[in-house]
Amino acid sequence: MKQSRRNFLKFAGLSAAGLCLAPATAAMASGGGTSKEGHAVVNSNSLHAKRWAMVIDTRKLNTEEAIEALAETCHHIHNVPTIESDQNIKWMWTGSYGEVFPEQENNFPSEDQEKHKFPLLCNHCEFPSCVRVCPTKATFKRADGIVAMDYHRCIGCRYCMAACPYGSRSFNFMDPRTHLDMDKINTKFPTRMRGVVEKCNFCVERLAVGELPACAEKSGGSIVFGDLQDPDSNVRKALRENFTIRRKPTAGTEPGVYYII
Amino acid sequence: MHYGGKIITGLVIFLGLVSMPFWFNIGGSFQEPKLELPKDAKICVAPTENMRRNHMKLLNEWRDMALREGKRTYISAKGDKYTISLQNTCMKCHASKEQFCDKCHNAASVTPYCWDCHVPPKEAK
Ligand code: SF4
Ligand code: SF4
Ligand code: SF4
Repeated sequence: MKQSRRNFLKFAGLSAAGLCLAPATAAMASGGGTSKEGHAVVNSNSLHAKRWAMVIDTRKLNTEEAIEALAETCHHIHNVPTIESDQNIKWMWTGSYGEVFPEQENNFPSEDQEKHKFPLLCNHCEFPSCVRVCPTKATFKRADGIVAMDYHRCIGCRYCMAACPYGSRSFNFMDPRTHLDMDKINTKFPTRMRGVVEKCNFCVERLAVGELPACAEKSGGSIVFGDLQDPDSNVRKALRENFTIRRKPTAGTEPGVYYII
Repeated sequence: MHYGGKIITGLVIFLGLVSMPFWFNIGGSFQEPKLELPKDAKICVAPTENMRRNHMKLLNEWRDMALREGKRTYISAKGDKYTISLQNTCMKCHASKEQFCDKCHNAASVTPYCWDCHVPPKEAK
């Protein structure tokens, strides 16, 4: 048969259209993997908020021992290793007034203020610089204000560590399991692997099953945790009734952790 | 066809070399690994055939649902509810990584890095 230019173009056009359609129909026919059959929902007993926040009463919680006890609980349930060197991993730790609030330091501090230790953790900032710089979106901000991490996606570039003005993140220089007693870990929670960054997660896994963050629960009332957007919440009440400050206001990240001084 | 003979000989040798793995394997047979199935669970979150093919896809979806969307309850096609968790749901039934996961993974020569972070159940020594 003699191919006319016109016939050829018709045929080419049809083939191209077919190529475009084929993947779509194939995907429809195969049912698209597993997603069609089952689906996921939010736990019915989970705690919700428009914006989670924490208020720490440093008039009550200010000794190394008391804060260490909370940090120990946190580190135990999240399998955070203790490494006696500058490669240590920390989700909660302590600092002096000057270390915690470098911009708000006075030249003649009160005796209390000089003695006191302050609990430190990730601030779950409103404008988190760590999220902005993360190239893989391993660090992301959830709708409820929690700055969470997907360790599966972290490539260990440590941009987030450089970007966080509060030093809230730790890098796993070595396999954390070699510094954990694997017989005593919390088997309900994963460990991390070498080469990823980690930090406090505001206990998302506990909120998901209706529990408050472990440090708040164990603090005997000196840490309140609740919804910042709800005017009747316990955190708003604490903020209304007390003078509070946040860390490094000039960094502009708007921390979600408030300190009653 | 000046060099015809040489080219054809070369081609034959080349093809022979390339297909060597196939010649070596002729006659061998693949034994399907014998898995230890859960003793006290009869059904999985999805039908066996589907899990065999797609468990890795499902785990990827579960990860995003739990971590990114905050959805931690899975409702299967049958309507059963499960907690979305490799460590706390899958490994509660499949209580032996060695007798279940490893068997196929070894046979298929894949080494997924799930276990670098997710804690497998303790194997009885
Ligand atoms: S404290 Fe640092 S790590 Fe935490 S959200 Fe803010 S910028 Fe990110
Ligand atoms: S180290 Fe991980 S979390 Fe941090 S910026 Fe890089 S990929 Fe993101
Ligand atoms: S909120 Fe949870 S993860 Fe963060 S410091 Fe407290 S106990 Fe640890």
